[in-house]
Amino acid sequence: MERIMRAHQEGARPQSTDYFQSSNFLYIRMVSIMTAVLVLVCFNWFHSPLFAQQESAEEKGLRIAQDASASNEGFGDYVAQMRMILRDRQGEETVRQMNFKVLEVPDDGDKSLIVFDQPKDVQGTALLTHGHINAADDQWLYLPALKRVKRINAARRSGSFMGSEFSYEDMSSADVEEYTYKYLHDESCGELTCTVTEQFPLDKKSGYSRKVVWQDTVELRTWKMELYDRKGFHLKTLTFANYQQYLDQYWRAGEQTMVNHLTGASTVIEWTGFRFGTNPDESEFTKTGLRRAY
Amino acid sequence: MRFGGFIAALALVTSGVQAQGVDLSGEMSLQSRWYADRWVSPGQHSSSRVLVVKPTLRGQIGGNSSIEFTPLFRYDSTENKSTHTDVREAYLLTYGDWDRNSWELRLGISRVFWGVAEVHNLVDVVNQIDLIDHPRDRPKLGQPMAHLTIFGDWGMAEAFVLPYHRPRSFSGRLGSNPTARPISENAQYESGTDEHDVSLALRYSHAVGLVDFGISSFFGTSREPTFEAPQDINLPIIPYYEKIRQFGIEAQITTESNLFKMEAIHRHGQRNRLGREESYNALVLGVERAVYAPFGSKADLNFIAEWLYDSRGQRATGIWQKDLYVAGFLTLNDVHGTELSAGIVKDLDSGERNWNMEFKRRLSNNWSIRLEVLDDLFMGMNLTFSF
Repeated sequence: MERIMRAHQEGARPQSTDYFQSSNFLYIRMVSIMTAVLVLVCFNWFHSPLFAQQESAEEKGLRIAQDASASNEGFGDYVAQMRMILRDRQGEETVRQMNFKVLEVPDDGDKSLIVFDQPKDVQGTALLTHGHINAADDQWLYLPALKRVKRINAARRSGSFMGSEFSYEDMSSADVEEYTYKYLHDESCGELTCTVTEQFPLDKKSGYSRKVVWQDTVELRTWKMELYDRKGFHLKTLTFANYQQYLDQYWRAGEQTMVNHLTGASTVIEWTGFRFGTNPDESEFTKTGLRRAY
Repeated sequence: MRFGGFIAALALVTSGVQAQGVDLSGEMSLQSRWYADRWVSPGQHSSSRVLVVKPTLRGQIGGNSSIEFTPLFRYDSTENKSTHTDVREAYLLTYGDWDRNSWELRLGISRVFWGVAEVHNLVDVVNQIDLIDHPRDRPKLGQPMAHLTIFGDWGMAEAFVLPYHRPRSFSGRLGSNPTARPISENAQYESGTDEHDVSLALRYSHAVGLVDFGISSFFGTSREPTFEAPQDINLPIIPYYEKIRQFGIEAQITTESNLFKMEAIHRHGQRNRLGREESYNALVLGVERAVYAPFGSKADLNFIAEWLYDSRGQRATGIWQKDLYVAGFLTLNDVHGTELSAGIVKDLDSGERNWNMEFKRRLSNNWSIRLEVLDDLFMGMNLTFSF
């Protein structure tokens, strides 16, 4: 909202001193005054209890997403270990293990590097992603047996990540601009109050028609996500647990559980060893760095 | 052999860094192959049982150096010529920053990959290939090298000094050979210094938007042999390695569901099939198309088509002169990483066709299986333990 107000005020201010010399000066001045009055009136609205009803559900949904995104800005970089436990309907387990490294890129998508450790036949395989806002990500795969770096298609958004219930889409960080929003209602979630918001992906390659997201009102952490497939069927539910705060600001879940309601299979990701501010060399997130990622 | 001493020295260095903490990984593989009757010479077994052990030792030395040692031992219970050892990797890597660029220096034995195509990489000339290990996969033999890389926002520049030439390894199985006649172990060289001829290679590569490209050149002894056949057909034929100059370019355009690929070379100094020196151009054009989650499944389906051309036509030394390769890869994306693939190569002049089929599946965290049929050559099964 602050941003919208600022836009109003900037619009009301003459952009250049030439205006004062122009014959239109008086007219523009009048418009400025009128706009200022309008802003003032708006300002009063914001403070009235009526305001909550004035903001549309779409605007409120967007605002929650923007606030959550802003609270995560500036983390810089981090490393972590990921342990994925895949369970099929019969309860049979398979484990994946990998190292995860992220570098925040101001005004663009993050750069990330995943190096596999288990299963052992893909040990040393590494995936480099250069995320982009409003454009397809760039992705390179390193195959250690061939010593080959191969540029791959990042369009594979809805595909399964390593046979798990997580898709590539679920694994990548979402940008605010990639969805439209609709706030539904507030609801208690444990000891906290959560906003419940619908998110609609703009990307036609997305595997989802919508997501319903539960975020607490205090720290804007996501606790639950219901994922609906293209046909509108409630396909999967993702829950988050064991949140911890790093650098006194950034919250990261220690556990993510994805349940597939269609197949009865589930995948748990356990995150450990979070380290922020390791100041990695930017060259690690390049094709050349990929060759020595392992 | 000087080469052997070099390996021993590096092995010693590797054991020296043990104090710093060395990481052991690798794989052991049991490979069975059943050969078609027509490729079994008198006195040869119609099947082979092979054990391959490939451990990797890795160590970090300080903050910006590391060492790797990967020997390979291959024991063929039925065929002497196919039992061999190789050092795939044995190098010291150090890296750092220089002004706004980064650099990397690799000293020792290593393997590098150039190119973008799948069936045949024309531009890829640094390493020799190991036909004993697999006639289709064409794994690479370790190559002694000094390899300097400098990279930055402007791309990546690499220089290689390659002080030793490794002759191509050929299996004793006739069908695995390009010639259907036994091949001599004593290679001949155009260079007066034989295998000690020093080759040089340079490469510049970069990724801009959707395009990844590379320009490369190579000056030295060719990795690809031409063959001299003695009149007496009882004598083995002799591989001959010429001095060549090669210039290569490669590019890949990555769009949403297609990869477009191109590799082209100009090579000077190699003899053609008639035994006369002939400069030539060769080209690979390819497209890789992905179909994600067909029929609502978790699977991926990939199709590859590649067209190969050699300006020498029938005088070409390799098997690629005017060929079309078409293949399909089905990745189930299941817990077991199951993959199924089939491919066919058709010689557009002679109409001759070669096909292969492959099935791969993970059995547990450590075990995996691979089944393959290579045209009318052999049927193979690999059981691999990775650690």
